Amino acid sequence: MYNFEFVKPATIADAAKALGTEEAQALGGGQTLIPALKQRLNAPATLVSLSGIGEMKGVCRADDGTLAIGGATTHVTVASEAAAHYPALAALASHIGDPAVRNRGTIGGSLANNDPAACYPAAVLGSGATVKTNTRDIAADDYFQGMFTTALHDGEIITEVRFPVPQKANYQKFVQPASRFALTGVYVAKFADGVRVAVTGASENGVFRWTEAEAALSADFSPAAVEGLTVSADGLIRDIHGTPEYRAHLVKVLTKRAVAAAA
Amino acid sequence: MPQVSMTVNGKATSGTVEGRTLLSGYLRDHLGLTGTHVGCDTSQCGACVVHVNGAAVKSCAILALEADGADVATIEGQANADGSLNVIQQAFQDHHGLQCGFCTPGMVMSAAALLKENPKPTERDVREYLEGNICRCTGYHNIVKAIMAASGQDVTAIAAE
Repeated sequence: MYNFEFVKPATIADAAKALGTEEAQALGGGQTLIPALKQRLNAPATLVSLSGIGEMKGVCRADDGTLAIGGATTHVTVASEAAAHYPALAALASHIGDPAVRNRGTIGGSLANNDPAACYPAAVLGSGATVKTNTRDIAADDYFQGMFTTALHDGEIITEVRFPVPQKANYQKFVQPASRFALTGVYVAKFADGVRVAVTGASENGVFRWTEAEAALSADFSPAAVEGLTVSADGLIRDIHGTPEYRAHLVKVLTKRAVAAAA
Repeated sequence: MPQVSMTVNGKATSGTVEGRTLLSGYLRDHLGLTGTHVGCDTSQCGACVVHVNGAAVKSCAILALEADGADVATIEGQANADGSLNVIQQAFQDHHGLQCGFCTPGMVMSAAALLKENPKPTERDVREYLEGNICRCTGYHNIVKAIMAASGQDVTAIAAE
């Protein structure tokens, strides 16, 4: 790993200031970034740790009924503290990576990285959550812009994520057993005004909504409702673990499982 | 050069490190605590698991400076005060939970973290908890058996497959 200057500010304001310097990079839990730095895939001049910012940690129910999760909150904390408010989200967090990863990795870090096979993007897009940064609010539908690409500007910090809490929800992950990432994962959330279905791990463009399934499930929230639909393999990921056709098949199977588990 | 201080196995330590120094490097190269093993360069193998403020973490995936002020526990601090093996270590010996032993420090530290939060885990709980700890020798069966035994459960029904 190339050397860098390490700073650990205690406030969002100080972190934003530190990230304003040239070639500065934010560090969440480091469970992706540190391995990437070790591979010399990245060479920041300054690494700005977000782990010392108390105002970015924790889970609470906001006055408007949404669930607010600080950007520097670890997966293990979401798994325990979100359980009473939003069980599907807590369950997703409790199966990210492995225990040591969950003790360090953060929701903000995962979303800023936007790995095409990460779990949190499916929950955020599937819930229609809002990504709050130090400068603005970004709707999930605008936030994810492709593999490892987001609406974040350089130096922008995810301070909080606001989740509307659905009536029912479930996440089904078909685990790639070596990496623990999703070979394909589907998040289904049923709200009073409709159903959202978000798919991770499958597309070369990262997480996406399966809108045909959303329409079918909004009319009839049952596994049978998506039986007649087909998922196109165009633009899906081909790698040693699975073909685009295999992933397309998984999208439907996992959607049905998620609906069955949520119902 | 930055200074770092942390408590390691109950003793105050401090040293001069670089920004890029990993906690695993601080423990091994600065403190000479080479029981924490580094088995991969990709943060996947789990041989380097230590406890930071009580939580299991991969010491090769956290900067030493991130652990400044922390309370760190490594395999060197696991034995009983009289030097005898603790209950988890003894169970690994009794149930042949290792062959080459390279992954063992991480396995023991993960097991200790598991048993602290879940004192009577099921076999499945143990296997799920060890997802981030890779062993190339044992096929895991005897590791799982050792951890079950360390939790005080009867393991006679668990076959040594």
